[in-house]
Formats: sequence, structure tokens, C-alpha cells
Amino acid sequence: MIEYLSSREFLILFAKMIAIFGGVMGALAYTTLLERRVMAFVQMRPGPNRVGPFGLLQPIADGLKFLFKEQIVPTNANVFLYYAAPIISLIPALLSFSVIPFGPDLKIADVSVSLLLIFAITSLGVYGIVLGGWASNSKYPMMGAMRSSAQMLSYELSLTLSVVGVLMISNTLSLSSLVQNQQGTWWGFIPRWNIFLQPVGFLVYLLSGIAETNRLPFDLAESEQELVAGWHTEYSGMKFAMFFLAEYANMVTVSALATIMFLGGWNGPSLPGPWWLQMALPTIWFLLKIAAFLFFYIMVRASIPRIRYDQLMYFGWKVLLPIALANILVTSFLVAVL
Amino acid sequence: MIEVLFLLFAAIALGAAINVLAQKHVLYSSLSLIVLLTAISGLFILMQAEFLAVINVIVYAGAIMVLFVFVIMLLNLPADEDGEDRLRWLKLIGIPMGLFLSFMVIRTVWDVRATPLTPELAGTPQAIGASLFTDYVLPFELTSLLILIALMGAVVFAKKDL
Repeated sequence: MIEYLSSREFLILFAKMIAIFGGVMGALAYTTLLERRVMAFVQMRPGPNRVGPFGLLQPIADGLKFLFKEQIVPTNANVFLYYAAPIISLIPALLSFSVIPFGPDLKIADVSVSLLLIFAITSLGVYGIVLGGWASNSKYPMMGAMRSSAQMLSYELSLTLSVVGVLMISNTLSLSSLVQNQQGTWWGFIPRWNIFLQPVGFLVYLLSGIAETNRLPFDLAESEQELVAGWHTEYSGMKFAMFFLAEYANMVTVSALATIMFLGGWNGPSLPGPWWLQMALPTIWFLLKIAAFLFFYIMVRASIPRIRYDQLMYFGWKVLLPIALANILVTSFLVAVL
Repeated sequence: MIEVLFLLFAAIALGAAINVLAQKHVLYSSLSLIVLLTAISGLFILMQAEFLAVINVIVYAGAIMVLFVFVIMLLNLPADEDGEDRLRWLKLIGIPMGLFLSFMVIRTVWDVRATPLTPELAGTPQAIGASLFTDYVLPFELTSLLILIALMGAVVFAKKDL
């Protein structure tokens, strides 16, 4: 075991872990800044621009503030679960980055069922929300937790089913092979991305992905006007920050999966340049696609109002689910015939 | 390495299983059950049955247990009170039954000779899919029929005047 820990192989793996984990944590912090600045831009106000040039040090200031805030536990709260809930929601959110391929070589683990593994890990994240709402022993968090668990169960179905079409086309469950299958172009100019074969699947995935991450217009679990802040009303300081980070990490995971399954992952036009640029290019394309997705997420939040709860359930069960099932039916028919 | 991980996951699974029974509050019991299911998935991975491990987490820990926790919270069930012990007589029967069961388990484990894992395809989705749709297609279809009937039954219960 000690031999393995000092081997070259392990050191490279360890470096990758540090790079991916550190990179993801930094990116999450700056996604919050991006969100606040873009929202401010849409609503024609300056947004946070005081800390550092263009407000670039704002995430660090926020982090310090979270660390130094007083720890408050509501009376009659279930202390053990109250402290455990943020951890339960953050760990699965970060764990899924262990199998996401950021480039041909930049991945921590290459599992043959990595797509299912991500679905399994993220499906555990709902416990953080549910337990957080329950353990606070307060009305609004409880309401938020109930809404959230019902919503996530409903949309997880369409989310999983929307992917089946892509899986039938690519015949694999491994994220790396999914990306490799999308290399090249049709007729020299259309990239061989699954979005052109599965446009309906992509739309269903996109909508249920937004709902799965509890984002507007589906953020019924924390709708400020009715529930103060939903399941994390009673949380402050670092515990609140962990819920917050988990939400953003889930957004990045959903964007990364969409990029890998529908938008060709790290594939992109090759550019002339020195060797280090060639090495970094796939990762740059991948990160750019994720950034575009996150920008889309924020623009959706800035422009679309929240829908009603009954509309949410109606939409999930009676619109998205049938469309996802029909998509599977049509795709399997076409795959069998062609 | 694998032995260490096996012992770790087995210890977690056993501890969680005992905790399921020992806890008074039903919410803690179901949370322990989630830990148990996740630990069992870890054991599946050690046996190279990755697909089974992942499906175990998705179906049981991720979906069914969420429903359990949801219902427990919805009904806001209180913890068991230390009142009259209604299971007094069952305890008397329970001890011999438990001994009998452990005897059977130990005998089975003793008798069965472990066969080494067949090469690469052992736990892959391809192998499982192929055996589901060839050797086990009848049980598979019957199970789906059974689930459909249960689903219809649930709808009938929920909506009395259809």
C-alpha cells in the first residue's frame, strides 16, 4: 500500500485530484460573482463592484464573512441532523466531479458506468435538503423540504429518461466513450454532436435539469416571496455556504453532463499553436461550453418568472414525462430500422 | 487493499443494520437503512459488479428511501414511547427462530463453494441485459406485469370513485 502511495502513477492521480477539486471550488466561488453581475446587468444596476477591480475579490470577501459569522442553532432543532444536512448535500455534489472527464486525460476515475454513477450520487443530494428542512423544526423550511423532495422525485424520472435516447445511439454508459463517439463532422461542417440526433431529448434534459437543481423558474423549494428562503431559512454562516456551494456544484454537474452527452464534450475545432496549447485545447473547449451553459442558467433566472406549484407538477408528469417516453419510443424504432 | 475495504464496508453495513433495529425514531432507522444500502453498493463494487452497485443506489437509496423519508416527515411520526410491551410473546418465539435462521445461514455459507468470477463481462450492463432478455425473459416480463398490477391497485385505492 505504501509502495503504491509513493508510485509515480499515484502522484499523477493525486495532482489531478488537487487540480480538479481546487479548480471546481474556485470556479464555484466565481460562478456566484458571475451570477450577481449578470443579474445586475440585466436589471440595469451595477451589482457588487467595490471589492477589488470589477468586484473580482467579492467571492473571497463573502467566504471570509461566512467563516466568521456566529453559529446559530434554532431552539428545538435536531442538532445532529441540523449540522449533518449541509454536509450531506455538499459531498454528493462534489463527488460527481470524480468521474467527469474534463479532457482526454484530465479525469480522476474512468468507470464503465460513470453516467449512472453520477445519477446515483446526485440522487442522494436530496437528503441534504429534506433533512435540513426537517431538522430546523420550523414551518417554512419544512414546507420547502416537502416541495423539494416531491419536485426532485418527479423530475428525476424525465431527467433519466431523456438520456436513454443518447445511450441507445452511442451504446455506452461511460462518459469518455460518449465524448469519443461524437468526434468528427457530417459533410465537413456540422459537428457530430448528439444534439442534432436527439433535439427533443436535449430539451427535456435541459428543462428537467433546471428543475433538478431547484433553479428558477422551478425554484419552488426556496421561493422567497412565500417561504422566506425555503429549506435553508434557518441556516447561516458556513452551513448556509455549504448549501449554496452544493447548489452551484449541481448546476455545474448538470451543465457538464449536458455538454458531454449532447454537445460533444471536449471536442472542438483544432487551432494551430504550440504544444501546450494543443494539450490544453480540449479542456478549454469543455470549460467554455460549461460556461455558456451556466450563463444560460443565469439568463433564464433573470428573465423568466417562477411558475406555480401545481403547474410545476403538471408540467413534470403530464408534459415532460410523456415527451421523454415518446422520444425513447421513436429513437428505439429508428435505431432498430436504420 | 481490497481486504481492508471489504472489512470497512462490511463493518459499516453491519453497524447500520443493527442501528436500523436499535433506533427508536423511525426517521433514524430509515437513515441507517440508507447508509446500509450504500455500504452494500460498496461491497458490490469490490466484487466488480459496478452496474449492480450503481442501480442499487439509484433505486433504493435514491428513490424508494426518499419516499420513505418523505412520508415519515409528512405524517411527522413521533418516536416510540416506552409503554406497554406488546411484543412480549413474540420475543419468546423470536429467540429460537433467530437461532434457527442463523444456523441455516451459516450452513449455507459453509456448504457453498465460491466460484471465481468469470472474466471481464461479469458485472457489465451488457452481460446483465443479455441474460435478462434471454435466460430470464419470462421472470422479467412477469415482474413488470406484477408491478403494473400493483400500480393500478394503488391508483384504485387512491381514487375511490373512478
